[in-house]
Amino acid sequence: MKWFSRPASETQITNGQRLWLYAVAWLVMIFLLAPTVIVIPMSFSDSQYLEFPPRVWSLRWYEHYFGSPAWMQATATSLKAGFLTMLVATPIGVMAAYGLFVSKMRAASLIFLILVMPIMVPVILVAIGVFYVYVKVSLVNSLLGLVLAHSILAIPLVVVVVSSALKSYDMNQEMAARSLGASRFKAFMVITLPQIRFSVITSALLSFLTSFDEVIVAMFVSGGENSTLTRNMFNALRDQIDPTIASISTIMIIVSTSLLVLAQAFGRSDSES
Amino acid sequence: MSDFALPSSGPSSSSPARANQQELKRDARRERLLLFSLCSPALLLVLIIMVLPVGWLFWLSFLGEDGNFTLENYQRMVESKSYARIFRNTFEVSLLTTAICILIGYPLAYFLSQLPRRTANLCMITVLLPFWTSLLVRTYAWLVLLQRRGLVNEWGMDIGLWDEPIKLVHNLTGTLIGMVHIMLPFLILPVYGSMRAIDRDYLKAAANLGASPTQAFWRVFFPLSLPGLFAGALIVFVLCLGFFVTPAVLGGGKVIMVSMRIATNIELFFNWGAASALGVVLLVLTLAILGLASRVLRFDQILGRGH
Repeated sequence: MKWFSRPASETQITNGQRLWLYAVAWLVMIFLLAPTVIVIPMSFSDSQYLEFPPRVWSLRWYEHYFGSPAWMQATATSLKAGFLTMLVATPIGVMAAYGLFVSKMRAASLIFLILVMPIMVPVILVAIGVFYVYVKVSLVNSLLGLVLAHSILAIPLVVVVVSSALKSYDMNQEMAARSLGASRFKAFMVITLPQIRFSVITSALLSFLTSFDEVIVAMFVSGGENSTLTRNMFNALRDQIDPTIASISTIMIIVSTSLLVLAQAFGRSDSES
Repeated sequence: MSDFALPSSGPSSSSPARANQQELKRDARRERLLLFSLCSPALLLVLIIMVLPVGWLFWLSFLGEDGNFTLENYQRMVESKSYARIFRNTFEVSLLTTAICILIGYPLAYFLSQLPRRTANLCMITVLLPFWTSLLVRTYAWLVLLQRRGLVNEWGMDIGLWDEPIKLVHNLTGTLIGMVHIMLPFLILPVYGSMRAIDRDYLKAAANLGASPTQAFWRVFFPLSLPGLFAGALIVFVLCLGFFVTPAVLGGGKVIMVSMRIATNIELFFNWGAASALGVVLLVLTLAILGLASRVLRFDQILGRGH
């Protein structure tokens, strides 16, 4: 085997000497990927107990999920909250990132720090704080309250992603557009936005996912007909292992995978253009 | 710049010029303020929905059941053995998770950084896919895999690692497995980023000067990858400190983290004072660690998500 004695890096170490590294890397990759992949076939099992591989295949748990008004309502709430969070957090976050970048005020780094605070503060603290205030203004169990709370969790991601895109963007292009008579707003919409659109799209997808996957805040401030899918799943997990959750999990894996593929596809054309 | 251009001799020409200059300056300031106001919606939202409520909790933590100022919520934390155990538990779990993540994440990041870019991007999917998958779904997957009659137990018995089902979940083991799985991408992404940025010529130079592969790695490559490792380990540790969902589901009540105690204080006992005090301590710890680290690291490095 020639491959074993071939040098594997700049330091002349051979592939044979690094076999252990390849083994560890592959094991870790399997560890990372396996659990989510294995849940998918399990969800198609007919059995009350989750089996792998399933002995009898069926769509029983999907029927159970799609036939249950409670699960359907929770899914609708989660989708609505996700879309609204995306619609609130993305423009607000892009505006903030742009404003901070071009104004070059001394306070900008402090504002940046405040805006990214929500991802540094432990979520449980945000959850009970928001809960306490929502009780006073009766926003508990409302979609509006949920969307506002999720938006502040998504804003930091938007600000970070868009800021880093702006850093590699040449502002002189906007100056050129303005000297040719475009207004500041028009220059942004026509010149800047198209060039940072991939990071804007990525951050919009992240905002959606942030809300859609969020558990802890939803546990406190959503409820009744506005309980989210994750809240109901979490409560079900505490009790027993309900195979319906495997089917919901499969659907959620498909949703997040397609969003990832979307983001990667946009990201790729970003680096090529 | 304009100072040099302005003639300073004739009083007749200087005053309109100065007025003009001041007008321009004012205009620039106005525009900057206008641009700055673009952050106000985001700022307002974060202040009202997060800073205000958390500030309120801070205030509540100093109030007793009768509504008077007291330190009893903090005193209880110092005196009570159960609180001490919760904090020790939280730190133990966080440290162990971080250590395991480093042990298994660093080699994978190294492996990926040595691959050609195209292949590395392909393998990166194994890191990014779980990263984008719901935390709850991944926790559920582990619950299914690790249960008594789960896949891991059956395979372990099939290949003869153990004879009867062992307890892999609803304890510390299960919690650690789940948390490591969720935290690994947070470690791998910054480490991989910093490894990719290392100039390979340094390693060639080291080899050229007679360093063995091991020496070249430990004395050249490893130190250069440390900033990424430090950033990754830090973010993992801080996220672990506030973790809730995974230990709640996989810990089976045997692993109590601070955030879980905060939740039960509210849900079961309606004890806002005690919950707030715990929250304040957790927040101060988190911010202190991040604050210390930000002296060593650039901020966006900690938050960078490996783009």
